[in-house]
Amino acid sequence: MSEHYNIAIIGSGPCGMSAAGRAAEHGVSHILLERTDHLSDTIYKYQKGKYVMATPDVLPLRSSYTFEVGRREAILKTWDEQTTKHKVNVRFKSEVTAIKGEKGAFEISVKGGGKITAENIVLGIGLQGNPRRLGCPGGDWEGVQYQLDDPDEYQGENIVVVGAGDAAIENAVALAKQNNVYIVNRRDEFARAKDGNQKLIEEAIGSGAITCFYNADPKSLTPGKLVLTVADGEAVVDCDRIIARLGAMPPRKFVESCGIKFPSEDPNALPELSSQYESNVPGLYILGALAGFPLIKQAMNQGYEVVEFILGNKIKPADEPLLEEKFGQLLSLGRTVDDIIAQIKGTVPILNGLTALQLREFLIDANIHFPRKGDVVFERNDYTNSFYMIVEGGVEILVDPDDPSIRVNLGPGEFFGEIGLMAGRRRSATIFANGPSFLLESPRRSMIKLINSVESVERGMKSVAMVRQLRTYLSPHLTNEVLQPVLETAQIRQYKSGQTLFREGDKEDGVYLIQKGSVTVSREIGGRDVVIAYVAAGNYIGEMAFLNKQPRNATIRAAINTETIWMESDKFRSLLESAEDLRRDVERRLLGRLVESETMKARPEAGNIIQFLVEQGVGEATDILLIDETLCIACDNCEKACAETHNGISRLNREAGPTYEAVHVPTSCRHCEHPHCMADCPPDAIHRAVNGEVFIDSKCIGCGNCERNCPYGVIHMASTEPAKPGLLSWMMFGMGPGPGQDKKRKKDKKKGGDDRKVAVKCDMCKDVGGGPSCVRACPTGAAIRVSPEEFFSFAELTR
Amino acid sequence: MHISILFFRNFLYLKIAAALAVVALLAYTIDEPLGKPNGGTWLGYTLGTIGALLILWLTWFGVRKRRYGKGKLLLEDWMSGHVYLGVALLVVATLHSGLQFGWNVHTLAYGLMTFVILSGLFGLYAYIRLPRLRTENRAGMTLDDVMGLIAGISKECYDVAGRLDDEVGQLVQKADADTRVGGSFWRQLSGRDPNCATTHALDRVRELAEGYTGADADAGRQLITLLARKAELLRRARRDVQLKALLDVWLYVHIPMTIALLAALFVHIVTVFLYW
Repeated sequence: MSEHYNIAIIGSGPCGMSAAGRAAEHGVSHILLERTDHLSDTIYKYQKGKYVMATPDVLPLRSSYTFEVGRREAILKTWDEQTTKHKVNVRFKSEVTAIKGEKGAFEISVKGGGKITAENIVLGIGLQGNPRRLGCPGGDWEGVQYQLDDPDEYQGENIVVVGAGDAAIENAVALAKQNNVYIVNRRDEFARAKDGNQKLIEEAIGSGAITCFYNADPKSLTPGKLVLTVADGEAVVDCDRIIARLGAMPPRKFVESCGIKFPSEDPNALPELSSQYESNVPGLYILGALAGFPLIKQAMNQGYEVVEFILGNKIKPADEPLLEEKFGQLLSLGRTVDDIIAQIKGTVPILNGLTALQLREFLIDANIHFPRKGDVVFERNDYTNSFYMIVEGGVEILVDPDDPSIRVNLGPGEFFGEIGLMAGRRRSATIFANGPSFLLESPRRSMIKLINSVESVERGMKSVAMVRQLRTYLSPHLTNEVLQPVLETAQIRQYKSGQTLFREGDKEDGVYLIQKGSVTVSREIGGRDVVIAYVAAGNYIGEMAFLNKQPRNATIRAAINTETIWMESDKFRSLLESAEDLRRDVERRLLGRLVESETMKARPEAGNIIQFLVEQGVGEATDILLIDETLCIACDNCEKACAETHNGISRLNREAGPTYEAVHVPTSCRHCEHPHCMADCPPDAIHRAVNGEVFIDSKCIGCGNCERNCPYGVIHMASTEPAKPGLLSWMMFGMGPGPGQDKKRKKDKKKGGDDRKVAVKCDMCKDVGGGPSCVRACPTGAAIRVSPEEFFSFAELTR
Repeated sequence: MHISILFFRNFLYLKIAAALAVVALLAYTIDEPLGKPNGGTWLGYTLGTIGALLILWLTWFGVRKRRYGKGKLLLEDWMSGHVYLGVALLVVATLHSGLQFGWNVHTLAYGLMTFVILSGLFGLYAYIRLPRLRTENRAGMTLDDVMGLIAGISKECYDVAGRLDDEVGQLVQKADADTRVGGSFWRQLSGRDPNCATTHALDRVRELAEGYTGADADAGRQLITLLARKAELLRRARRDVQLKALLDVWLYVHIPMTIALLAALFVHIVTVFLYW
């Protein structure tokens, strides 16, 4: 006889817990199933004392549980207390292995043999996934653990670490300080790990600090004894403890096994849900991170709402007031939020494929503009990267700054701003409103999320974008008739960093327009591949060979991940015939390259510098700090200036970073075209300003994602420093630390008690004014900030 | 794109300083005062005022340098101006003195000023010459990198020394524990350590290793290679410390002397007005 409930909730994170709390308040029969022995495992696993933020601030909390900013411990304690108070029926150590059946009669299998039936299921299992288990017999020994909180806790033990990834290596190396550590690697090398970790583990094995079993697999386990299958038979290891770091199983497989469909194969894709969080399986609801809502407060609200929906209560979503405020002016005409959402969905085709839920979330992030005739929406060379859709009215695009007569009109349902979004570069045209209009502006992040999860958005955008890019980057005079044949065979081709587009001596095969990323041009000189130029997005390459009717005279490689529009040579030739400005442009480039290659032969070292900088990832930078070491006197005034203008914390490390010849690339933000740090910022706190500065605003919750995602190590987590005394009071009266001095002052307990950490990085002193302080404070002119295009110019490097 | 302070803004500050010096010289040659040229003539007062203002402005550099994120000009503007106008000051002040020197507070102020300017010129030489030497010496590494390599080699030395006799073990142990980079003022400036434990170990192990045979000989050769590599890295690290010290050392003269100059200048001006 299995147990039966109205609502079974799987996963006790903020959403699941909040749903269970609401069900308990209503007196509905429910059960909350949790895999571990505590609530909310993701938050439980945060580091000790971590400050948890309650963003978005504007969103009201609607839940049976309370939640406000505070330390991890305090929040978990409150939730535990409230679980008891509400008499929530929670069952720990209950991992759900399968869900079968349909609304009214779901059957849930729990690991260990239990079965539960339920009328409705709420799935809130998050995205962390389950750690992959040690599969061998005896693997359930209590000495096996899948996580290591504090390596210093163990001393003098025999510990076996199973796995060869970053986590395994980091654990093994940390444990080896005080313990006898073995590492079990299924393969014969540690290729899966980061370079730094590979080096670490190889050194540790080389020095004998860690013993490694290569090509080994756990065969069986009895408490204190692990048997391994190795290349030449078996090996037995005595162990006090086993740390298994075998990665995690993404929850998608499990979710799909319940019958839930995902819209695409993209690993970031989210399941399709109704406005009531119901999946394509009736009676099965999905909440929280798994539904694309990673923030705690959103998830708790959903938990509350989903129970109301299941009980058939009509409630307005918690975000209704936000949308009301957003639409303000439109609502005064007697329209409701739903009317306006329906209008947007009906007019803008690329939003048509969104679910009601996705559209609401999308609109909360979006800005609404009502420009009048002649108002500028954005200007050419602005560094913004949001995306605009026209709901009412229309805009005019001034394509060519030199010829104001060429204007393109866009009407309701059309979009613009996609070139800046795709290339991550400055706006290519100025846009005016051509009458009173209703525009939707979507930030880069929500647009990218949408492109990744809704296929129709991507398709709708790319085809229109291609035409516009050809016009923008080649010639505004190209008509649709001329472009049509080119578009028929044009392809979007993607290249990974370092991949070759074509080689010197290859047969000519078409022209490439770089729409995203950048490439290097190199040529064989004296038997060696020498880089002769760097070409950024918005330029084309490959036109020389077919004009000269010769094979390729240079090798082109992607400097970073790059996307090109490939065009057939014959079709491209027809474009030249129809647009005189394009023909001249091509000719001008051809002549420029001739000059360049002659200079190059005499100065190959300039090419080496380009090569070096490209290897350092400078290709994706928009603005980079470079130090000429022949001028740098190591006074560190740049670091001091940075700290002094940014609350005492320097965002640059002058000495660290690679050097080639005399060019030094210090550890400092490069303001990438497509910033890695922006990729996964839960509160959307990282933005790009009009002038291109990538900065972090006060919404930062201190999660550290950006720090981890930055490949250049230029973001770090820091708590704010107390203010310093003025220059004179320091000089005259010796009060506190002086300018540029370290702030090793004991913090005032009462005033400076807040030591929570947030991410800090270079913001190019956009709030200080007058340009970057580091450069302004360099006494010898050694520090400069440049865009790679400026610096990579030949005239510059061969000076 | 990187421009040295000497060429900054197409020699703007050189031009300003040269103009100042030329005008001062011209005025000095044209002017025919009663008696000898003197600080007390109208030209003398003019040059004296310009000189005093220049000294104050040049001293202000120390404050301006620390006013981060403020001001319209780059610090490099100030630096370039500081250098050229500082040299021009020598001309202006010399003309102001009318070449009258004696054992008095006026000449003291002049002497201090000259000393400050000369120390500044050494600093200029250091700033222009030494960074390149430092870069070449470090060969793309930071001092921390070099120290890391040294520490790594020290570890390896222990492993190899373990296969040899006790004396070698002690030498290697001493070479690890007692080798210093940097240290006292003179030690830093000299760029050498005559009592370097690593060099000592290298020399002694070389003597001992001549007598080794078989497996010992192999280990001996290995150890010599390691110690020689370490000695070379140490030389490089000490050279780096030396160059950095040279970049800084002149400031220890330049700045205190500037303060002394300000005091002497104050006395000079006050006495001039009191006793004339």
